[in-house]
Order: sequence, then structure tokens, then C-alpha cells
Amino acid sequence: MPVRARPLSPHLLIYRWQIGNTLSILHRVTGVFLGLGFLALSFWFVALATDARSYRTATHLFASPLGWLALLGWTFAFFYHLLNGVRHLLWDVGRGFERVERSLSGWIAVIGAIVLTLCVWALLWHFERL
Amino acid sequence: MSLRSPLGRVLGLGSAKSGTGHWWGQRVSALALIPLSLWFVFSLLLLPNLDYATARAWLHWPVSGFLAILLVAVAAYHSYLGTTVVVEDYVHSEGYKLLGLLLLRFLHVLVGGAAIFAILLIAFGI
Repeated sequence: MPVRARPLSPHLLIYRWQIGNTLSILHRVTGVFLGLGFLALSFWFVALATDARSYRTATHLFASPLGWLALLGWTFAFFYHLLNGVRHLLWDVGRGFERVERSLSGWIAVIGAIVLTLCVWALLWHFERL
Repeated sequence: MSLRSPLGRVLGLGSAKSGTGHWWGQRVSALALIPLSLWFVFSLLLLPNLDYATARAWLHWPVSGFLAILLVAVAAYHSYLGTTVVVEDYVHSEGYKLLGLLLLRFLHVLVGGAAIFAILLIAFGI
């Protein structure tokens, strides 16, 4: 029996790129990245429980250039996923679906995450932890 | 007339072959993670430093040890649910999908379990 290509519903490429889908994708990306952060956090706990030498090795890894970059990324991912997650929870109870509310809350999540990340790293710098 | 079987109705199962358990678990763990994760981040920031002795003393304190264990358990669950959906969405071959889902499950239990065990060791001063 000949197999005919079945018609498909419109997929990703046919839609205009906009803030809604960008933030949705960013929520997933930051979520997966935070999953890696969970691995790093567990590694930190295990090193701390092992002995002083293992802990020093772990802190050296986190204090390497790549380590700092990852920590900076995890700070932003954490705050973005948190703020956008609250946005999702509000949608789940039926709030914030209006056009203006949707894009406003989206921008609050992005700008809020950037501001909070800067605040945390400013605090780190202020307390001379860098 | 409904075509759903009485058993399917009781179990809350639809065409997705699972009920609302996954969706609901994701929301409940998200809600729990808001205070837990904020507590963790700001506790670390407020410690005088992150030396070996300081960090251990902090986790040795019962309240922080207990909250850290809750954080790890809930974060592992939330991460497991989230990454599971990612694998289900993007891995199309049934074999690799099953392998990926099994790996995710084992990895989360292994890593979460190790972290909780580590916190317990510190909490009990071992």
C-alpha cells in the first residue's frame, strides 16, 4: 500500500518569533541548566562531607574562570526560572492572561532576573568574596 | 455518552496514558522550592565566608541541615519531572527515550541520595 505524506499542523518555523515563545524556550533551557547546577550543588555537599582537602579541590574548581562563568549563569538561570515559574503558577490559577499582562510579566521576569543577578554579584563583590 | 472506561475515570487517565499526577507534582514542588531555594541562596550569601569549617558549622546546625535535606529532595524531584518532559518531547526513538528516562531516574536518585547522605554525615558530625 503506497504511503502518502499526511498533512501536518503548522509547526514552529511557520510562526513569527515573539516574546512569549522566547521566554517559554528560555524557561526550559534555564531549567535544564539548573539541573546541571543541582549536580554541582550535590558535588559541593559531598566534597564538604568528605574532608578539607576534597573541599579545597571543589572550591578551586568553582573559583576557576569556567567555574565563575557557570556560577554566574546559574545565578541568572535561578532567578529567571524562579520569576517565570511564579508567572506560570499565576497562569495556572487563571490570572494574567490579558495581552498586556502577558508581555509585562514576561519583561518583569527577564529584567528582574538580570537585576537580581547583578545584586547578588554586587553583594559578593562588596563582601570581597570574588 | 462517555467512551472512557470506569477504571480509566477512577485513575484519572486520558489519552496521554497518565493522569494529572506529573503536572500537579511539578507545581507543588515548584511552590515548595520558592522559599527553600531563596533560603539557601541568601544563607550562603550571609555566611561570613565559605571556608571548610564555616560551611560545615552552618550545616551542622539542625535547622540548616534539615532545610538543606528538604531542598535537595524537592529539587531532585522537580528536576526529575522537568528533565523527563524534555526527554519525552525531543527524543523520538522509543529505545533511546526509554534509556534516557531510566538514566534520568537513576541519576536523580543517585545524586540526590548522595547529597542527602553527605548532609546527614555533616549534621551528625561524622
